[in-house]
Amino acid sequence: MIVKSLKFRNSKLADSSEQIEILQNTIQDSGEDNFSNYIKRSGIEKLTSRKIEIFQINMGKMCNQTCKHCHVDAGPDRKEIMTRETMQMCLDKLFETDIPTIDLTGGAPELNPDFRWFVTELKKLNRHIMVRCNLTIILSNPGFNDLPDFFAENNIEVVSSLPYYQKINTDRQRGDGVFEKSIKALQMLNERGYGKQGSGLILNLVYNPSGAFLPGPQHSLENDFKKELMDKYGIVFNNLFTITNMPVSRFLEYLIDSGNYVDYMEKLITSFNAAAVRNVMCTNTISIGWDGYLYDCDFNQMLDMKVKDNLKDHISNFDLNYLDTREIITGQHCFGCTAGSGSSCGGAIS
Amino acid sequence: METYYKPEDLKKFADVAEFDGDLAKKFFEYYGAVFEEGALTAREKSLIALAVAHTVQCPYCIDAYSHDALEKGCSEEQMMEAVHVSTAIRGGSSLVHGVQMMNHVKKVSM
Ligand code: SF4
Ligand code: SF4
Repeated sequence: MIVKSLKFRNSKLADSSEQIEILQNTIQDSGEDNFSNYIKRSGIEKLTSRKIEIFQINMGKMCNQTCKHCHVDAGPDRKEIMTRETMQMCLDKLFETDIPTIDLTGGAPELNPDFRWFVTELKKLNRHIMVRCNLTIILSNPGFNDLPDFFAENNIEVVSSLPYYQKINTDRQRGDGVFEKSIKALQMLNERGYGKQGSGLILNLVYNPSGAFLPGPQHSLENDFKKELMDKYGIVFNNLFTITNMPVSRFLEYLIDSGNYVDYMEKLITSFNAAAVRNVMCTNTISIGWDGYLYDCDFNQMLDMKVKDNLKDHISNFDLNYLDTREIITGQHCFGCTAGSGSSCGGAIS
Repeated sequence: METYYKPEDLKKFADVAEFDGDLAKKFFEYYGAVFEEGALTAREKSLIALAVAHTVQCPYCIDAYSHDALEKGCSEEQMMEAVHVSTAIRGGSSLVHGVQMMNHVKKVSM
């Protein structure tokens, strides 16, 4: 089945306020089950940034895939991508800071026509650069076949989703044929040295559950992935990050349509882990939208919840002093970050 | 519709403490300890629990351990193999009694 974006289908859920309303109303946002009450009970008065260590740039919603669980509602039919002018603003602001890590995400960031120019310019700032590469992009067009070389030449850390080491679960979530193409792309990255000991080229994989359940223990899943991918396909990689599916956008749609929404939210809430709160990713990340607006994280971005101070919520008025200590805007979706072992773009957090 | 088994009752499992708190406390502590990582991994224990759930045909346990096995990273194939282990033991335990039947038949037959 071909999935189209919520926006293309004119789904009510394409409107972020509709999503927020569902999240607030179905599970009581007032009273006991309110996320801020949970963090208060865990001894934190207000969630605030510690210091920005990761500058995460969403280069656009355009993607060659249309995964069923995508919290970005990305797809080939999405045309919103970052302009070179906004990228230049990011470069100028980064130049004035010492934020050590730049995380490029999307959609498929490589589809932005200025992607390679931007990476080359970022490289001059001498920071650690990560790209969230969906793997199939490498094989989607001959013009992208040399991406492993481009990544390697710029010593970019590659972080790629592979929901499972088997075809059936991967294709159900990410689309027919995605597993085989992902395996081929991983082999190409390995050939270029990615994931190999001593190469210095980091290849990390992301596991996220193929349905309405929480991820298992990161370490044991990593062992399974390493064994299965090596035995069957000769693939190596560095680390596996387990990420919880957030009740946002297309995953929210899946939860509602499959009748799993209430149970899933209850599971997130009952699995609240106070130890994960201090490490949720908004405490060390700033997320930049394709149009330059600033968010506490990529999920808040998709819910259109900008950083609190509306005079400082765009890259054009980036104020590191404010952002480093800002109060985070939270909502019921935040339970996705604190359930079980916790979840962030870098995997489990407790 | 009235049924003997109600899915929402699974969430009320801990309520058994209402009629006997001490024994419930002991049971749940024991239960938690049993499923911790030990000489068997938490994932192996989950698959054993899934097989046993099918043997005792407990709908609550089947739901709970189908979910748990997924969360432990088990594949659908592994989960179905666990169910077949349960089936084989159940079937085998009937069939092995065929020896007793044969013994008796042979004893009383000419
Ligand atoms: S999850 Fe990633 S690869 Fe899939 S549609 Fe969304 S952005 Fe594209
Ligand atoms: S969803 Fe975003 S704002 Fe909420 S806890 Fe997670 S990272 Fe922080």
